[in-house]
Amino acid sequence: MARIGVFVCHCGENIGRTVDCPEVSRRAALLRDVFYSVDYKYMCSDPGQNMIKDAIREHGLTGVVVASCSPLMHEKTFRRAVTEAGMNPFLCEIANIREHCSWVHEDRKAATDKALDLIRIMVEKVKHNVALESIRIPVTKKALVIGGGIAGIQAALDIADGGKEVILVEKSPSIGGHMAQLSETFPTLDCSQCILTPKMVSANTHKNIKLYTYSEVEKVSGYIGNFQVTIRKKARYIDESVCTGCGICQEKCPVKKIPSEFNEGLGMRKAIYVPFPQAVPNKPVIDREHCTKFINGKCGACEKLCGPKAIRFDQTDSFITEDIGAIVVATGYDLYTIDKKTDNTLKGYGEYGYGKYPDVVSGLQFERLVSASGPTYGELKRPSDGKTPETIVFIQCVGSRDAAKGVSYCSKICCMYTAKHTMLYKHKVHNGKAFVFYMDIRAGGKNYDEFVRRAIEEDGAVYLRGRVSKISQEDGKLVVMGADTLSGAQVEIKADMVVLATAIAAQPDIVPLAQKLGVGYDQYHFLSEAHPKLRPVETNSAGIFLAGACQAPKDIPEAVAQASAAASKVLGLFSSLELEREPYVAKVNENTCSGCEFCLMACPYNAIERREIKNRRGEVIKTVSYVNEGKCQGCGTCVSICRSKSIDLMGFTDEQVYSQINAMFV
Amino acid sequence: MAYGYYPGCSLHSTAKEYGMSLMAVCRKLSIELNEVEDWNCCGATPAHTTKEELGIALAYSNLLNASRQGLEEVLAPCAACYNRLKTAKYALNHSELLQKRMDEITGGKVEHEVKVFNILEFFRDIYGQDNLKAAILKPLAGLNVACYYGCLLVRPSKVVNFDDPEDPQSMDELIRLLGGTSVNWSCKTECCGGSHAIPETDIVLELGKRIFSSAQSAGAKMIAVACPLCQANLDMRQHQINEKYKTDFKMPVVYITQLMGLALGISPVELGLNSHFVSTGELVKQF
Amino acid sequence: MQLKLDNNVSQFAEEIESLSGLKVYDCYQCGKCSAGCPVGQFTEESPTRLIRLIQLNQKEAVLNSRTPYLCATCSTCSERCPMNIDVAKIMETVRILASREHVKSPVKEVAAFSGAFLDSVKSNGRLFEFGMTISFNLRNLTPLKDAMLGPVMLQKGKLALWPRSIKNKERIKRIFEKSSYFEPRAESTGKKEH
Repeated sequence: MARIGVFVCHCGENIGRTVDCPEVSRRAALLRDVFYSVDYKYMCSDPGQNMIKDAIREHGLTGVVVASCSPLMHEKTFRRAVTEAGMNPFLCEIANIREHCSWVHEDRKAATDKALDLIRIMVEKVKHNVALESIRIPVTKKALVIGGGIAGIQAALDIADGGKEVILVEKSPSIGGHMAQLSETFPTLDCSQCILTPKMVSANTHKNIKLYTYSEVEKVSGYIGNFQVTIRKKARYIDESVCTGCGICQEKCPVKKIPSEFNEGLGMRKAIYVPFPQAVPNKPVIDREHCTKFINGKCGACEKLCGPKAIRFDQTDSFITEDIGAIVVATGYDLYTIDKKTDNTLKGYGEYGYGKYPDVVSGLQFERLVSASGPTYGELKRPSDGKTPETIVFIQCVGSRDAAKGVSYCSKICCMYTAKHTMLYKHKVHNGKAFVFYMDIRAGGKNYDEFVRRAIEEDGAVYLRGRVSKISQEDGKLVVMGADTLSGAQVEIKADMVVLATAIAAQPDIVPLAQKLGVGYDQYHFLSEAHPKLRPVETNSAGIFLAGACQAPKDIPEAVAQASAAASKVLGLFSSLELEREPYVAKVNENTCSGCEFCLMACPYNAIERREIKNRRGEVIKTVSYVNEGKCQGCGTCVSICRSKSIDLMGFTDEQVYSQINAMFV
Repeated sequence: MAYGYYPGCSLHSTAKEYGMSLMAVCRKLSIELNEVEDWNCCGATPAHTTKEELGIALAYSNLLNASRQGLEEVLAPCAACYNRLKTAKYALNHSELLQKRMDEITGGKVEHEVKVFNILEFFRDIYGQDNLKAAILKPLAGLNVACYYGCLLVRPSKVVNFDDPEDPQSMDELIRLLGGTSVNWSCKTECCGGSHAIPETDIVLELGKRIFSSAQSAGAKMIAVACPLCQANLDMRQHQINEKYKTDFKMPVVYITQLMGLALGISPVELGLNSHFVSTGELVKQF
Repeated sequence: MQLKLDNNVSQFAEEIESLSGLKVYDCYQCGKCSAGCPVGQFTEESPTRLIRLIQLNQKEAVLNSRTPYLCATCSTCSERCPMNIDVAKIMETVRILASREHVKSPVKEVAAFSGAFLDSVKSNGRLFEFGMTISFNLRNLTPLKDAMLGPVMLQKGKLALWPRSIKNKERIKRIFEKSSYFEPRAESTGKKEH
């Protein structure tokens, strides 16, 4: 005989405003097999939970229905409460009368009726619930970090320092990411490379970190604690174990005029190259597209001159498979494309002439032009003729906050780095004048607004509130036509250089990776966190975490903070021997299973295996399906495909579901 | 090849050399143009800035005549007419309510789609660049031309939808095809103030000065246009600009069809090159 | 200058929105339209400021502004607006609304020109430029404006002295009579839930 308790939560005003909770509670008490019913302002609070515990003990309840918010929110809370009162947690169910009822309805009477319906349905389910035990699964204590920028490096170092193994995968030839390209960083103006390179070296030498550069994640399978990851190690065409990084190959390579990715196209590199002098690892790669040896078989200068004989023209991509317990995605960002787009000639920023006028550069290009490791060795010279610019116009929000041609969001870091640019400029060119066109100055952060004020007050940057309509070229000058909306006037400035603060965009190849990982992404292809406030570094895929700008535009402090947060989540996961997971898995009735193996084919997780049933003499009588509980995700595909109705989903058995459906028509 | 032709008011008067040169070019290339019967003024700026429906209805009335005549493709050489016809089509495609109103106002309905082309589209997409290239007799060698598109050919891009609104290329391609050189300059699509040519002369002079100095500093010897308003404005007012700003621009402003005509071996007089305010003598001398 | 605002602050913007089908409150005052406006140096209110005045219910100031009349309808603003607002259309809407409400045009030359132009089209079906220019100069009380250009144009065969009318003038008459100030728009367009 079932004895069910119903607990109706007001959720403050959230439910109570639309649903008459006391009335619901009164009517729920009249339902069959409901022995106890009560309503309360905050059922999730301590007194609320105690009401549930006391009722279980006093009334000998066999099942509990909490009518409250989504089970995603507080199912765990209430199940823990009933456990404390000695009840199996899986005998407690949530009727969602907030998201599914009060939040989406206005009519109080209809909402009250619907709340009762939802409760009745859950009461019927709970009556058929059985006690279940959580499944325990082992955890592989090795993490994968995807992306070797500052976020990935920080996450890897934190996990490694916590004593756990890390595989760090970076797609380009060196770790360091965009931070390695920056000259100085706000709001302290410390040298980016000086604070980054020690971390890069640590990541390479740490005993717990295995570094795969020029590598990409090829395949991911498995689940939290038990991922199998295949990594494609792209052919570098050198033997890294032999190469000493002496640099003679790069020096002697005759193919010179390839725009350097690291210098944002402002400098040139060779066909065999180390992206920048401080690269980690300091081992070159051969760019197959441009290498003469690969194009027509001639040359081979590097091979001839290499002392340790490390060149391997016949090298192919190799694949490594690793068992992984947790994954941190730290793939970073890319700049929004601002030149004329090839896919649609009518779009793009033709009015700014980026790509047409060489002295119109992006923010990252400017970083290279003022960086000591840049193409001009830190001396600011404009690209067209090498002259020192006496006037620079900086334009913020290029691509950002632009629904027509760019993205609607704010890229967050541009206000700060533009202020920084004006300072770096002033410090290098004392008689130079910096003009900044801005829409709003967003400088929220410790010492951030002070930093922008410094640019204006001490370094004389002139801030103009408005956008720029057009940049044209006249007599060797860039004519910038802008507006200053504060004075209501048009502004024309003849500049030597223009720096566009281009929007931050998601990595162009992030979607296939997100799909491999089963991680959600938004309309702009930024990866989705599990909860914007309370679970900012987790994803909805258990065991996969986010760090840095792959989730949203971020500056360095934020990216580092998020990386350390993700690392602590990983270490927390790795601190337990086993993981508990809900026992919502498929179960085969071996008596009726005919061994047709349809379920084997249907299962998307490869969780169903064959099992032979033998008699006493060891002869096989029949073959049946068997569900690997570790792999089963409880999707129910096998249940619906089974012809003999031999499979049921624990927690969602046919009996439970049908009784719920029946309850709808009372 | 026969196509519909909507000359608009200018090509019969202030822009008569545009009409003349177009006709001469078409004769040379055996293109037959059938004028839209009893066409009326497209309404230009005054109509649509006075009454929204008037602006659409005057343009629509011409599409109606073209459709009754069985014309499917209509060439509108005047950029302003082209823009108004395209705007009417765009507005009607986006509003059934407006279509109903136009049926009421004009008492008719367009039976089939009438496609409207500007002069550049016409020779690029309809006549074809290869055909044109084959007919060239005297390439425009050594001619430095600033291609001036103005506003109405390329904007609003969602309405006209034929070339990049910031850095259009179709006229430049055409000039290069004719053997000339198109200079890279900044004022291709800057407004010349054509709609204020008569009422607000000061504005027009200022805008014209900017355009001439940009073309000149880019090394252009002439400006090519595909719009009667731009031509009239820049040609007629050049003298006043020189007076007001103490400049010395002597820059012929010629229609693209006049340059095509020269390349096809048509005589300058037949192309109306003698009816410009700024002398085209230097240009004509070479042909 | 002081603006007195009350709960009806969005009234004029809503009127403009329902007449034009555009979203006035999408404008976040970035100034890009004003930056590239070819007549910017000749106007008092930039397009940005004019839209702001619409957002703040300043109907009288807007309808009496010179800016919509000096607008060259070049659409540079609309083309570059980061919020996809057809700014040129807003200028047009203000002009038409002012005309509907019989607000006298603050730029008499432009109004005189429009009037002369449309008179010519109304009576001939096509523009008769010579007649229109004379009519404009008379309306504008500047009988000799551009007088030196006339003879040259006549000499170059660019001005006809007599109008050439179309055959079916009835249809033009009908168009002028029946056309409304604004095209009809469904209730929902242009309105945004605030």
